[in-house]
Amino acid sequence: MKTFSYEIKDAIGIHARPAGLLAKEAKKYESKIVIKKEGKSAEATKLMAIMGMGVKCGNVVDVEIEGADEEKAYEDIKAFFEANL
Amino acid sequence: MLKFSGKSVYKGIVLGPAAVLKNNDFQVKRERAEDSEAEIARVETAVEKAQEQLQKLYEKAVKEVGEASAAIFEVHQMMLEDDDYRDAVSSMIRTEQINAEYAVAVTGDNFSEMFANMDDDYMKARAADIKDISNRLVRNLAGQEDMDFGSMEPSVIIADDLSPSETVQMDKSKILAFVTVHGSTNSHTAILARMMNIPALIGVPMDLEEIHTGQTVVVDGFKAEVVFDPTEELCRETEARMKEEQEKTELLQTLKGKENVTRSGKKIHIYANIGSVGDVGYVLENDAGGIGLFRSEFLYLGRNDFPTEEEQFQAYRQVVQTMAGKKVIIRTLDIGADKQVDYLNLGREDNPAMGYRAIRICLKQKDIFKTQLRALLRAAAYGNLSIMYPMIISTEEVRQIYSIVDEVECELNDAGIPYKIPEQGIMIETPASVMISDELAEMVDFFSIGTNDLTQYTLAIDRQNEKLDDFYNPHHKAILRMIKLVVDNAHKHGKWAGICGELGADLELTQEFVRMGLDELSVAPSMVLKVRKNVREME
Repeated sequence: MKTFSYEIKDAIGIHARPAGLLAKEAKKYESKIVIKKEGKSAEATKLMAIMGMGVKCGNVVDVEIEGADEEKAYEDIKAFFEANL
Repeated sequence: MLKFSGKSVYKGIVLGPAAVLKNNDFQVKRERAEDSEAEIARVETAVEKAQEQLQKLYEKAVKEVGEASAAIFEVHQMMLEDDDYRDAVSSMIRTEQINAEYAVAVTGDNFSEMFANMDDDYMKARAADIKDISNRLVRNLAGQEDMDFGSMEPSVIIADDLSPSETVQMDKSKILAFVTVHGSTNSHTAILARMMNIPALIGVPMDLEEIHTGQTVVVDGFKAEVVFDPTEELCRETEARMKEEQEKTELLQTLKGKENVTRSGKKIHIYANIGSVGDVGYVLENDAGGIGLFRSEFLYLGRNDFPTEEEQFQAYRQVVQTMAGKKVIIRTLDIGADKQVDYLNLGREDNPAMGYRAIRICLKQKDIFKTQLRALLRAAAYGNLSIMYPMIISTEEVRQIYSIVDEVECELNDAGIPYKIPEQGIMIETPASVMISDELAEMVDFFSIGTNDLTQYTLAIDRQNEKLDDFYNPHHKAILRMIKLVVDNAHKHGKWAGICGELGADLELTQEFVRMGLDELSVAPSMVLKVRKNVREME
C-alpha cells in the first residue's frame, strides 16, 4: 500500500469539477484508491461520496492506494492533486 | 382549425410554427415492474441520451458564455456517471420491483437532500444540480424532448406557464410570440413579451396534449385570439396585417433621434427597463436616453450559485460602457416574492410579496449585498452608473445601507481598487415610503416609483392572482395622488423623480405624468418611441 497526505489549496475545496475529474482519473487503475479526512473516507472513483465529505481549503486529506498498479497510480494521483487541488 | 381566446399582454400579430414546452414538473408515479433488468436497461438508455444532450448544451454554452460558465454541464455529465447514484437507482429497482422513473426520482431526492444538509454553501447549492440531472433522466425515461433552442426555427412558444429561469435560458431571437395556459398580466412572460415587442397571450384554456411542435399557429394580440392550423384565407389575412404593423413600426422609427419635448417646450427623460446585458441592444435600437431600471436579479436567476463579484462587475461595466455616458440605473438584488432562487434556500412563505425579499435580504445577509455593492462601485468608475435600492420603508434602512456602502468603500480603498461612489436613489414602491418621501428626499439623490408593487400594496391586490385582474385598476386615484406627492417632495429638496413601473409606459397617462412634473419615465425598450410620440403631440 502507498499513501500520501495533501493539504487542499483550491479556494472552494474539493468541489464538483475536480471531484469529477479525480473520479475519472481513479477509474483508470485497478488499485483501490481511498481518500480519508477526519474519520470520513470515500473511494476516489465516487464523485458524490467525495463531494459529500465536504473537504474545504486548508483541510489535509490522506490518500491510500492499494493494488497491482499502485506504483503508477500513486505517481499519477499525487500529480493530479498537485495540479488540480 | 382550433381557436382559443385568452388575455393579450402585448398587441401584435404573428404567424409561425408552434414550439410546445411541456411542464417539467410532472408527477412521477410509482408502478410495479416485475422485469427489473429491463427497467435498469431503460435507465442506461436514458443516461446515454442525457450524456448526448449535456454534451450539446456544453458546446453551445462554451460558444455563448465561455468555458467557465459551461463547466456546469460537464459536472452534470460526471454526476450521471457516479457509481453510488447509479447503484442506488439499480438496487431500488431490484429490491422494490418498481419502475425506473420512480427509482430515479427518489434517488435524486435522497442525494440532493444529502447535499442540501451539508454545512457548506457551495455544497448546498449542488443539491440543485442533482435535482437537475434526475429530472433530465426522468424526462428522458418518459420520452419527453429537451427543448433545443439551438436548432429551433423562430417559433411561437406554447407552454403551461414559464418560470423566470426558463425565460432567461431562451434564445430571444427564436421567439415569435408567447401563448400560455396560466400566468397573469404581470407575470414574467408578460414582462418579457413587452420588452421584446412580440405578441403574447396568457390564460389561454388550451390542452397541451392536443397541440404539437411544428403546427402552424396565428397569434393575434389585438383580438386576444390564438388559432392553430389556420385556413389559407386566415394565413393571407394575417400576413397582410403583419405587413401593416411593420409599416406602423417603421413610422415610429422616424421619431428616433428626436427630443422628448412637448410643443410648449416641456422636457422629460425617457429611459428603458432591462433585465440582462443582452437587452442593451434593444435599448439602443429604440433610442432610449438611458437605462432607468436594470433588474440585477436576472444575474442571480437560472443558475446554481451566486454570481461572483467579478462576474457582476463585468456585467455592470459592460452595460455602462456600452451606454457610453448615458445614465444606467442599476437596482440592487430584488429577489424573493415571485422571483425565487433555490441556492438562497429562502423557504416557503405564506405571504411572500410582503415577505423576506429585496433590501430586507440584503440588510440581513450582508455578504450577498456587499459583493454586489463592491461590483457596482467598481463598475461606477467606468461610466454613468447610479444605484437604486428596492423595497425601502424607512429612513433607518437608508442609513444602514449607507453605512454598508461606507464599509465597502473602505475595503476598496485599502485594497487600492479603483471605484467611484455613484448617485444613489431608492425605489418608491411601498405606501410607507410615499408617506415619508419628504424625509427620504433629504437623504437620497433620486426617487424611482415602482408602480407595480406600489399598486399591489396600496390596493391590497396580489399581482400574481389571476382572479383579481378585474379588480386591479392601475389608474386608481390613490396611486396617481401618491405619485404627485412623491414628485412634489422630491422637487422640494432639489431631487429628481421618475417612474420605472409598468404604469410609466401607459400611453393614456403620459401627458398627465408630464403635467405632474415627473422628470423621467423608464419603460420597456419597445415603448420608448411610442411614449416619445405622445410627449411630442402634447401642448
